Amino acid sequence: MALLQISEPGESTNPHEHRLAAGIDLGTTNSLIASVKSGLAETLADAQGEHTLPSVVRYLENKIIVGAAAKSAAAEDPLNTISSVKRYMGRGLNDIKELGGRRPYEFVDADSAVPRIHTVTGDVSPVEVSAEILKSLKGRAEKSLGDSLTGVVITVPAYFDDAQRQATKDAGKLAGLNVLRLLNEPTAAAVAYGLDKKAEGIIAVYDLGGGTFDISILRLNKGVFEVMATAGDTALGGDDFDYAIAKWIMQEANIQDDTSHHQMRRLMRDACAAKEILSSSDIAKLNIELDDGSNWSGSLTLEKFIELVTPLIQKTLLPCRRALRDAGVDAAEVQSVVMVGGSTRVPEVREKVGTFFEQEPLTDINPDTVVAMGAAIQADILVGNKPDDDLLLLDVIPLSLGLETMGGLVEKVISRNTTIPVARAQDFTTFKDGQTAMSIHALQGERELVSDCRSLGRFTLHEIPAMVAGAARIRVTFQVDADGLLSISAREETTGVESGIEVKPSYGLTDTEIETMLRDSIEHAEDDVAARMLREQQVEAERVLEALESALADDGGLLNAEERKPIDLAAKKLLELSKGNELRDIKDAIAELDNAATEFVARRMDGNIKKALAGHNVNEF
Amino acid sequence: MAQTQTHFELFELPVSFELDLQDLSQRYRDLQSAAHPDKFATASDYERRLSVEMAAAINDAYQILKSPQKRARYMLELQSVSFDDENDMALDPAFLMEQIELREALGELNKTDDPLASLNKIMVDIKKRITSVLDKIREQLISGQLDEAQKSNVKQLVHKMQFLNKLQQEAEYQEENFLDSL
Repeated sequence: MALLQISEPGESTNPHEHRLAAGIDLGTTNSLIASVKSGLAETLADAQGEHTLPSVVRYLENKIIVGAAAKSAAAEDPLNTISSVKRYMGRGLNDIKELGGRRPYEFVDADSAVPRIHTVTGDVSPVEVSAEILKSLKGRAEKSLGDSLTGVVITVPAYFDDAQRQATKDAGKLAGLNVLRLLNEPTAAAVAYGLDKKAEGIIAVYDLGGGTFDISILRLNKGVFEVMATAGDTALGGDDFDYAIAKWIMQEANIQDDTSHHQMRRLMRDACAAKEILSSSDIAKLNIELDDGSNWSGSLTLEKFIELVTPLIQKTLLPCRRALRDAGVDAAEVQSVVMVGGSTRVPEVREKVGTFFEQEPLTDINPDTVVAMGAAIQADILVGNKPDDDLLLLDVIPLSLGLETMGGLVEKVISRNTTIPVARAQDFTTFKDGQTAMSIHALQGERELVSDCRSLGRFTLHEIPAMVAGAARIRVTFQVDADGLLSISAREETTGVESGIEVKPSYGLTDTEIETMLRDSIEHAEDDVAARMLREQQVEAERVLEALESALADDGGLLNAEERKPIDLAAKKLLELSKGNELRDIKDAIAELDNAATEFVARRMDGNIKKALAGHNVNEF
Repeated sequence: MAQTQTHFELFELPVSFELDLQDLSQRYRDLQSAAHPDKFATASDYERRLSVEMAAAINDAYQILKSPQKRARYMLELQSVSFDDENDMALDPAFLMEQIELREALGELNKTDDPLASLNKIMVDIKKRITSVLDKIREQLISGQLDEAQKSNVKQLVHKMQFLNKLQQEAEYQEENFLDSL
């Protein structure tokens, strides 16, 4: 049933224009979803009124449980209950941290570049586990907001590399979400904080979460949030505090390294509880249940705790120094230090950060929800609910991007802390007569040796026109988009022939794997795949036509009647076909319209850019 | 955006070595406000691609215009001076000698009593040299169209600047290592 909607003054008069959008903080320990309602960002609660969703997924024989219920089963069913899965995103088997002498789950060495965790329902990849968390949040949002989401923004640690970002985006796709943007967590926090406090100037965001650490230095200026530099450690967080405590307990209670998974999980749980007690107390009593049924009692003093975690806190200060240096600012120029992430509740962390930045860090914002709120604000703008908003986020690439050259060395193509989007071209040539293919190994990191950097993937160029050795001039363009994701295109300059490119990610899923997972997940949902895909395509057609209509209304004058004709024709065709049931036809018609409007779109963008500066010039003279 | 547009044209600025950095950054923000992919999140695939390319081009132009060394080099390139970094490094021997000495000093920091203080001294020295080369570049570029002799002169200076910048990076890298090991 359609209800009449009355819009607020100043808001869009067309009720269809308001689109539902959400921001998701997909955390190591906890996740949140937030949305902008009547102008204010707020986190959304589940049916029980809980806002925080523990990032824990339990696989049972015929169902999957996400959240608090899964978390409480962790010690009882350790191998089927996956927590802190964020740590495995975009990572290989070698990266998996061990407590004592064992890994927390049964990892399966699969054919794929992505490790899989063996559970009672089968082997699952970290991407699939994350997708379950996202699905749960999506369901919550749709129930709370009353309709399906047009798009979401998912936050990632600023220091996430390309593989970790891609894995997060894949998880969103798998959960059936339209991921508009991956937003860096500290940047999201800066947006929520900056808009709320109307802050201007240079700020530092210190974000110590459950499993990751980021430091970002930003300049805030009239709605523009410019990241000057970022640094961090994607394997350092509150989890590591727990590990340190758990290891200490093992020593004290004489628990062997090869103890059971159940014991390990109980230890982690109790260690975490002790840590939380020590935020407001000098001593934490411990009562550890041992595998043989007996108990070990002891206590952890604040002093001992500080001794255990000081090296970890110290480890966060090196990136702080580096970020300041890369940003070209002194600690004294930083106007405020915003503390984000649950681990900044540890008093010792606040203390050390305060000493480093020579000022009291800000703790008056909620360190748990600020990231999701910032993401919601951006999502609301991205879907077009606030066409006149002047918010602009300029972020950077956290790690240098390079290529493998002779002798196992890395040549940097894009250096860290370069503002994105960024494109850099590099010329290559063939070294054999008639060579039609070549391979490029892309890496991320600051070191000189291939073995010290993170391998992103191997790109194979083919369809290079056959020429004598050294004659071809292959210009390879490396592009990093606003999500921080790398793509590569190549063309032979003397002939103008575009090369085909095949990507083999080092720690990521291939397109085929994602498609298979997508199909499987839809089938499991007992959804009609074809019907769903058709519906999606129809919605897309509607969106494209709507956007075109409004563009033509604004800037139709850029085209003469002759130029406009093919666009109108293609639009009419799409409109007719979108009412039908032929998926392929609608897809083709969208592509055709895109194609017909190419010149118009380009002129329009040129015009907008000129306009942007025109105002500026008028002010000046 | 036409491929032939220069960075100065994109920013609607006259070709000049002297520019107001504050004005430049304001122009940069205005351009990004119109072109950034965040403004096209729900637009067609083609528009989104175009916007990424545009925003990347604006970022690139800004990086070049912002840095005196890159700006000088770019201005020479606009006057058809080509740079071949691997092959045309014919610098005067005195300058090269200084470079070698500075580099050696950087390599032997650990032999000094207070490596961090020595490093600081070297960094201040490098900065001074950079400023001095920059002043010379500014003097030359003020005249607009350069004759061949001037072009080759500025090209030399830009090369020197590149050397000095590399050295500065090296010094910063060393500083980072020192601080990390404390």
